[in-house]
Amino acid sequence: MTDSGFQLKGSVVTTILLEIRSFSLEGIVTQLEKKIAQVPNFFNQAPIIIDLSKMKRGIRIEDFEALITAISTLGLSVIGWRCDPDSLPVWHAQVSIALLPASKARAINMAPVTSAEVSPDVVVKTVVEEKLIPQATKVITKPIRSGQQVYAEGDLIVLTQVSAGAEVLADGNIHVYGALRGRALAGVKGDTEARIFCKSMEAELVSIAGNFMLSDALQKIVWKDSAQVYLADEQLEVVPL
Amino acid sequence: MAKIIVVTSGKGGVGKTTSSAAIGTGIALKGHKTVIIDFDVGLRNLDLIMGCERRVVYDFVNVINKEATLSQTLIKDKRTKGLFILPASQTRDKDALTIEGVQEVLEELSKEFDYIICDSPAGIEKGAQMALYFADAAIVVTNPEVSSVRDSDRILGILQSKSKRAEEGKEPIEEHLLLTRYHPERVALGEMLSVSDVEDILAIPLLGVIPESEAVLKASNQGTPVILETESEAGLAYTDAVDRLMGEEKPLRFLEVQKKGFIKRLLGG
Repeated sequence: MTDSGFQLKGSVVTTILLEIRSFSLEGIVTQLEKKIAQVPNFFNQAPIIIDLSKMKRGIRIEDFEALITAISTLGLSVIGWRCDPDSLPVWHAQVSIALLPASKARAINMAPVTSAEVSPDVVVKTVVEEKLIPQATKVITKPIRSGQQVYAEGDLIVLTQVSAGAEVLADGNIHVYGALRGRALAGVKGDTEARIFCKSMEAELVSIAGNFMLSDALQKIVWKDSAQVYLADEQLEVVPL
Repeated sequence: MAKIIVVTSGKGGVGKTTSSAAIGTGIALKGHKTVIIDFDVGLRNLDLIMGCERRVVYDFVNVINKEATLSQTLIKDKRTKGLFILPASQTRDKDALTIEGVQEVLEELSKEFDYIICDSPAGIEKGAQMALYFADAAIVVTNPEVSSVRDSDRILGILQSKSKRAEEGKEPIEEHLLLTRYHPERVALGEMLSVSDVEDILAIPLLGVIPESEAVLKASNQGTPVILETESEAGLAYTDAVDRLMGEEKPLRFLEVQKKGFIKRLLGG
């Protein structure tokens, strides 16, 4: 059919969304710096989208460009921006990064192509695949020691233990086939379906999509026994396995 | 090629230098030519424990800076045949050590010796990283208390990530756990972690358990490696540890609370 050297495909990638509520360049930068300091590996060169749809007041283009530069200086990579289509700023076409559709309007409206416009010997096939690209699972076979940090873009499987003072992070699920004594954070990019499984729950902290629980609370539920942690109605559930 | 063994711990005061002196002496007693290097530049201690402080002329930093040759600097132990000490500098700091310098010295020592014991300084900074960088094996000295165990865990992570073997993707450093200052009575009372508690947390093979003993302090002050005190439990426990390091199977000793005899109890001993 076609012998072109490429194929156009659609894909959905999870990114970080920076939702601006009120604009203060200094305030945003300081807050972001704090967040980044907590998990520097996670934010390093991470793609980020700036969302202005929750902004009550407008913003000047100079301020917006300054914000983009400031975020890039922090080591993040700004890939686009979003805005409420009804209150699109006049300067929207001058911005150097891509204007992405608002989160609810999934597709950009395009004029339908009528059959008359298509020449008979060229068949244009538009395939839009809208599914998550599965990330490779990371498997760790050695103990994760105090002070070490391991991050997986997909699921993380640890075949031995996670020591106290160590930290494991994953966009997906975390499985620990040994004692979990350190900190485990699953669904760090906001996946509320992510879960944590471990053979012996002795964690300092468990977190799913930002909802966390400390060892004091864990000790009252499951301790030194196999357990799973998941999110139900934004509430962290810890249950024995 | 010599086998390079680092004696390390993260935490200070757990018995690294005492263990380096004892194990180095023990290996030499088995007929292997051995050198113990003091990496604690600025806080020189090994010479005191080995009782050769009055014979230090040149030091490790002098050798690195090519101000003295190895043969001028190495101190021959008077008690044990085939045992040498390379003392640290007391007037310099850890910045005097460079990867290239250390590598050159280790390569030269490798030609002549069977075993090189690197007595690491405390901490996880430059000095400790230099001491472990070229190691083939590590003896992690740990006391049965939580902070020492946590620091040992940290140093195990560094052994796996910041050593030459790790950086070059070679076979990882052989890890051995040496539990020192073990007090069976306090373990029985629940005041100290037990051998199995520590093994469970660190998950590395146990090389030996050295009981807390007055003989250690006495030997240190006299400048005698405690392994030569064959009457003391600590000395015997170190001998067992060296045997295990050489691949022998030895049962663990001195882990049980000793029952006091009737007379001893009467005398309140």
